[in-house]
Amino acid sequence: MIWNESIECMDRESLRKIQSIRLKKIVEHVYHNTPFYRKKMQELGITPDDINSIDDIVKLPFTTKYDLRDNYPFGLCAVPMSQIVRIHASSGTTGKPTVVGYTRKDLSSWAECLSRAFTAYGADSSDFFHVAYGYGLFTGGLGAHAGAENIGASVIPMSSGNTEKQITLMHDFGSTVLCCTPSYALYLADAIKDSGLPREEFRLKIGAFGAEPWTENMRNEIEEKLGIKAYDIYGLSEIAGPGVGYECECQHGTHLNEDHYFPEIINPNTLEPVAPGETGELVFTHLTKEGMPLLRYRTKDLTALHYDKCTCGRTLVRMDRILGRSDDMLIIRGVNVFPTQIESVILEMPEFEPHYLLIVDRKNNTDTMELQVEVRPEYYSDEINKMLALKKKLAARLQSVLGLGVDVRLVEPRSIERSVGKAKRVIDNRKL
Amino acid sequence: MVAKQLSIFLENKSGRLTEVTEVLAKEGVNLSALCIAENADFGILRGIVSEPDKAYKALKDNHFAVNVTDVVGISCPNIPGSLSKVLRFLSDEGVFIEYMYSFANGNTANVIIRPNDMENCIRVLTEKKVDLLAASDLYKL
Repeated sequence: MIWNESIECMDRESLRKIQSIRLKKIVEHVYHNTPFYRKKMQELGITPDDINSIDDIVKLPFTTKYDLRDNYPFGLCAVPMSQIVRIHASSGTTGKPTVVGYTRKDLSSWAECLSRAFTAYGADSSDFFHVAYGYGLFTGGLGAHAGAENIGASVIPMSSGNTEKQITLMHDFGSTVLCCTPSYALYLADAIKDSGLPREEFRLKIGAFGAEPWTENMRNEIEEKLGIKAYDIYGLSEIAGPGVGYECECQHGTHLNEDHYFPEIINPNTLEPVAPGETGELVFTHLTKEGMPLLRYRTKDLTALHYDKCTCGRTLVRMDRILGRSDDMLIIRGVNVFPTQIESVILEMPEFEPHYLLIVDRKNNTDTMELQVEVRPEYYSDEINKMLALKKKLAARLQSVLGLGVDVRLVEPRSIERSVGKAKRVIDNRKL
Repeated sequence: MVAKQLSIFLENKSGRLTEVTEVLAKEGVNLSALCIAENADFGILRGIVSEPDKAYKALKDNHFAVNVTDVVGISCPNIPGSLSKVLRFLSDEGVFIEYMYSFANGNTANVIIRPNDMENCIRVLTEKKVDLLAASDLYKL
């Protein structure tokens, strides 16, 4: 099924015309309402008059996560705060969260994009949506919720956690669509099995999974264990949240909602656009956003785009699976983690050497982090309790900065490699 | 009276203890007493050695996390009730014991004590005429 056929299947020529008109409008909007962009454009010697078609996008300045941090919290908002009706935030590079503001219209465009996704998965108003993404600052819960409501489905706002209750209600309410991270889906699958409730008493048929990278193997495992069809939903909070892209029934790439979020692929080193189909860094420009429009936002996600028409009939560009990142951000249980955040915590505590090694793994379908640190010589104690207190202090501080538990492991002096140049600080053992 | 004890932080990795003892052996340092406290990821080796300064330097040079801690050694008869008598003196005076370890040899039992308050501990033991071991004697055991 297709939610908005006139857009999703529009011929590319007409789509480009719409994109051109919208780009021009958004550039005028930010030039006049976001001092940050006016300054950036003036530095490049361009004005909105230089932007006449979508091809002119290459003239525009890039935006990075650092720009969002530097303009924390509302510096990039392009409308008076009285028009902002929703604020979301995700973890930033050095502790300060990345904040995004939405107007009423932004929320409705976002819900529209999610409606396209859910419809492509085969869901409609007869479905029961079990939303097990976290509700809160994280965009997953409220985003999926609004999209499911928009297609008229019955929405169960579970939020994350309390697996036992999730299973009970999923069983009793007859949830048909599950929205959560793929790793939580696997965890739920095992928990359902352990619950002893017969699988045929569940009515689940569709999974909308995202917020973290996953593999084809995970998809197969989820589909097998839950007896459902699992679809990828792509998004990032800076652009909208989930629903920036979605898979159709062909599962031949992720269609991007490019009438709202215009994608480009650039070479992360030269910042030049690459040829269609080539791999590079994904960059988005908001075409319709009012609250906090971003120009050429560098996602750091590495992927490729394909412009040929999909077998499903959609003409919206298809994105390959995310191959990795051009920076060192990690996605742990759906939460963004930057090694710099960990580093800043360690640096502010005199008890520890600045060297560390973070080992990321996935055990029982849950991401785990082990942080190895060395205690400074003067802080070694002959008492176990004092050493354990050091460990606890660091773990508590990390928990409050990252919002995630970290298993701290104290190691002997000099057991962490001192490397010249770029140190290897993270080992990711997850098979993604 | 007050003796120097070495404490060494060791990760729970096989071979580490061997390496500590090898460093000491190479330096000709004798271990007269030792104990290990451990938890899931690490252990702390505490030991009394013949030449604490030399041992400290050698371990430090080999990048071990080694510290020197003050402890007190006492000697009591190797018979039932003698340790309890000493501990009663200390607890009655509010001296708390962080940890202790002991070894008996023939008619004598030697006890190494790490009190929370060294000064008070020595005062109590001296007043109660407990047989305190001179540091030099302890190193030679």
